[in-house]
Amino acid sequence: MSMPFYVPPEQLMKDRADFARKGIARGRALVALEHDGGIVIVAENPSTTLRKISEIYDRIAFAAVGKYNEFDQLRIGGVRAADMLGFRYSRRDVEARSLANQYAQAIGHEFTSGVKPLEVELLVAEVGDDREGDRLFHISFEGTVIDEDGFCVLGGDADLVSARLRENAPADGSLSAALKAAVAALAGPDRTLTSDDLEVACLVRADRRRRFERIEGAAVDLLLA
Amino acid sequence: MQLPRFAQGSDPGPSFVDLLKHSGLSPFNAPDSEVEVPHGTTCLAMRFDGGVLIAGDRRATAGNLIRSRHMDKVVQADLHSGVAFSGAAGPSMEMIKLFQLQLEHYEKMEGRSLSLEGKANQLSAMIRENMPAAMQGLAVLPLFAGFEPADGSGHIWDFDVTGGRYEEREYVTIGSGGMHAGTVLKVGWRSTLDRGTAVTLACRALWEAAEADSATGRPDFLRGLYPIMATITADGWAAVPDAELETVFRGIEEEVRTR
Repeated sequence: MSMPFYVPPEQLMKDRADFARKGIARGRALVALEHDGGIVIVAENPSTTLRKISEIYDRIAFAAVGKYNEFDQLRIGGVRAADMLGFRYSRRDVEARSLANQYAQAIGHEFTSGVKPLEVELLVAEVGDDREGDRLFHISFEGTVIDEDGFCVLGGDADLVSARLRENAPADGSLSAALKAAVAALAGPDRTLTSDDLEVACLVRADRRRRFERIEGAAVDLLLA
Repeated sequence: MQLPRFAQGSDPGPSFVDLLKHSGLSPFNAPDSEVEVPHGTTCLAMRFDGGVLIAGDRRATAGNLIRSRHMDKVVQADLHSGVAFSGAAGPSMEMIKLFQLQLEHYEKMEGRSLSLEGKANQLSAMIRENMPAAMQGLAVLPLFAGFEPADGSGHIWDFDVTGGRYEEREYVTIGSGGMHAGTVLKVGWRSTLDRGTAVTLACRALWEAAEADSATGRPDFLRGLYPIMATITADGWAAVPDAELETVFRGIEEEVRTR
């Protein structure tokens, strides 16, 4: 009978974290920024059909980096959970905080007891009636939830992109300024990104039920001009 | 809130109704015996040049009593479609809520909305599932109208309790006053109707239905309650404002006075 090798828990967790980090670092970064008119989320994504950013509920958006099949399963779970909650209680009872907690639990569980950790990082964003009410929940691959303030960066070069964004904050509270700052931070000094390379979506601070909106093609170029 | 998880074979896919069933929350239940509940009455829909119009009165009755003067029997289902119901008010409103959710759920899950025919088919399936309840007097008989961006035209459907789905080319009416409203539409409908004439014709139809059917509500000038009416065109759902309806109904009233 063979005995399994003893692996200390510190080593096990470190190996799993390295594995997840490596998987996530392969993809491009994603930025979310609060502004006066809501929250804008920008991802580097040349595909127009395989989305990184999507609608979960009236005021709640989902964005992710990492392995597509893994985060799409989480997105579907989120839409289901939110729609069921809204159906059983009221639409107002659906909020980002509890959804973020659910994601954290699911991801945390996979990280510690799954066959392999999920190679994903998530953002659950909720637009409020004013900037005070905006929420950005950043959920990392091991299930940690961070309540971010003002902006949030996910993905491979997150530290670098965050530093650029801090240095080059939006000029004013407009959507256009926020988008310019986000795209400049994603691109860095050596590249320029156009609407073809980007996936852009907004949670709009407007008086209507469904606040999620995609901005595509010429509309993006117009805002970046 | 808990993330629902399903095994590979039992995943409900983009259907919200199936999701509810898999989670033990089946929305379709029939009572054991016949029950007396509020009923909605006259609704209509017609095609006009550029889209469809959908309208309904505001009255709900329970037996010979008026249960509500301001019921919304015509509701928007999504950007390009609307639904109106007559029949038992409680199950109807529940079904419409479920239908709206179903369309939105599909849209979010799949990243695009269903085709108009797909939406009508969904509604038909829900009516079919409600059949046991319909046999106990809780029939839900909606009409469905919408604009299909793919072919650039409006379409209207009515249904029977078995879920039978009938697309009409000109107009449809449902409810206890539907026959009278239908006669007005039959005489007045033309393929060349524009939005304005369609609104006037719909008002006229609802007026005549209310004159002949006690369960159909007249426009209530005293309380400022007018039928719910909306057009659905390439630009989506647009409610006809109360001010416009008041003007049209005042015109009809004046015309009746001086007959």
